[in-house]
Amino acid sequence: MVKKILARSYLSLILIIMYAPIALLIVYSFTESTNIGTWSGFSFDLYRQMFANEEIMEALLNTILIAIASSVVSTILGTLGAIGIFYSRRRMKRVLNGITQIPVLNAEIVTAISLTILFVTLGITFNFITLLIGHVVLTIPFVVLSVMPKLQQLDPNMYEAALDLGATPSIALRKVIIPEVLPGVLSGFLLCITLSLDDYIITAFTRNNSFSTLSTYVYGVTAKRGALPPSLRALTTLITILMFIFLLLTNFRKAKAVKN
Amino acid sequence: MKKLRFKRKHLSIPYLLFFIFFVILPLLLIVYYAFTDANGSFSFGNFVEFFGNRNKIRLLSVSAIIGALNTVLCILIGYPVAMILVNKKFVKSGIIVLLFIMPMWINFVLRTAATRDLLYAIGIEGGNYPYLTTMIGMVYNYLPFAILPLYSTMLKMDKNLIEASYDLGATKPQTFVKTILPMTKPGIISAAQMVFMPTMSSFVISDVMGERKIQLIGNSIQFNFDQMRWNEGSFIAFIMLSIIAILMFLTRNTTKVETVRGGVW
Repeated sequence: MVKKILARSYLSLILIIMYAPIALLIVYSFTESTNIGTWSGFSFDLYRQMFANEEIMEALLNTILIAIASSVVSTILGTLGAIGIFYSRRRMKRVLNGITQIPVLNAEIVTAISLTILFVTLGITFNFITLLIGHVVLTIPFVVLSVMPKLQQLDPNMYEAALDLGATPSIALRKVIIPEVLPGVLSGFLLCITLSLDDYIITAFTRNNSFSTLSTYVYGVTAKRGALPPSLRALTTLITILMFIFLLLTNFRKAKAVKN
Repeated sequence: MKKLRFKRKHLSIPYLLFFIFFVILPLLLIVYYAFTDANGSFSFGNFVEFFGNRNKIRLLSVSAIIGALNTVLCILIGYPVAMILVNKKFVKSGIIVLLFIMPMWINFVLRTAATRDLLYAIGIEGGNYPYLTTMIGMVYNYLPFAILPLYSTMLKMDKNLIEASYDLGATKPQTFVKTILPMTKPGIISAAQMVFMPTMSSFVISDVMGERKIQLIGNSIQFNFDQMRWNEGSFIAFIMLSIIAILMFLTRNTTKVETVRGGVW
């Protein structure tokens, strides 16, 4: 009993410390005060300011756009890649597994500048596609790493059985393999979204300067030792609310899965 | 002519092509720029310049120390967290794990700036304590990356071995050192890989938290590229690549990244 209390207190303590900066922003999103630390009356004014700020709204939209686009590309390419890797011969499998680890282990800034060099060398101007490629490089290994364990659990006879029963390989792939690895695909997709939303470095180096995301916008205003613009506190609250709705939905889905 | 029949292994062809073009080729370009001069002719100039420069060596050492310190801190804090998270007696819902990664939805630059504002509000200013604030910012940002691999490894841990250890008369510390620690070693190594290099090469956290009083190797790469000094920047990047290659070589038998990921969603 004492151990349980101790364990839970430790967990809570770490979570409280982790969420403290976010909580501070949320609390001060309901005031007009420009300084954190001085409270000047309850107000929704910062929310109005946030929605009226075109720069922030555009950055938010761009962030979501690139997160979804890159995650879709990564998930498709990565899932097919994982299946291909799994059924490759041993040597090829080792090579492919090895290169999959490169973007995971490589320093993000090195990945970022290597892409910059590539695009400049090829004479490609930075646009949405270069940014997309950057985010796919960043996220695609995690799709492979999420799908691979599911392939290992797959019963190899199922695919053979489908072929024996007259399915073409592509039908067998769609009807047998894909449905079985779907949970891995889904968790890979969610990891992609998370990593893409979180990213700054790759974005900064592969985007066109006219295309700003939340991270580049925030870096632009804070790096020169400016405090966070007050309307970003409102934005933090908004994202946090979305985050918790998502968590509740996941919880609900998991609870339902356990029941069935 | 024989018609090319579809085989499952062919599905990795687009994946392989993507990696050749956008991962391997770019890294080869870095190596090329690292060993050429501004005119494009082969040169060891960047090599000599870097290793002959005391400031650069100091920069590399400071970055490595901060990286190592952060790795140790994140694993020390994260290890018990992961242990508690996998214990069904303490934590019933798998959702709690997600709480540790969800802050990533609020972008890391925004979170880092928020951390700075919080520390500022309680009187710890980056201008006065740049190392302290930078370290706090690093732990804040990389702790989830240490917890995740530890958590996935511990999920797969065979609990019977721990029971067996107790049954055979081992004390708690003995069981921990002889049974639990060796079983979670791949997770520890993977956690270290997820924290050490990213910390060393980060430039945003040191910029925002240390108010530009701290230079890390990442700042130096970014600065060189900002100034269009590609060759110098590439050489520093090449050093980072070499360090990663060495670390990968040293840990080649003990860890497989694929075994320590996933299981969160």
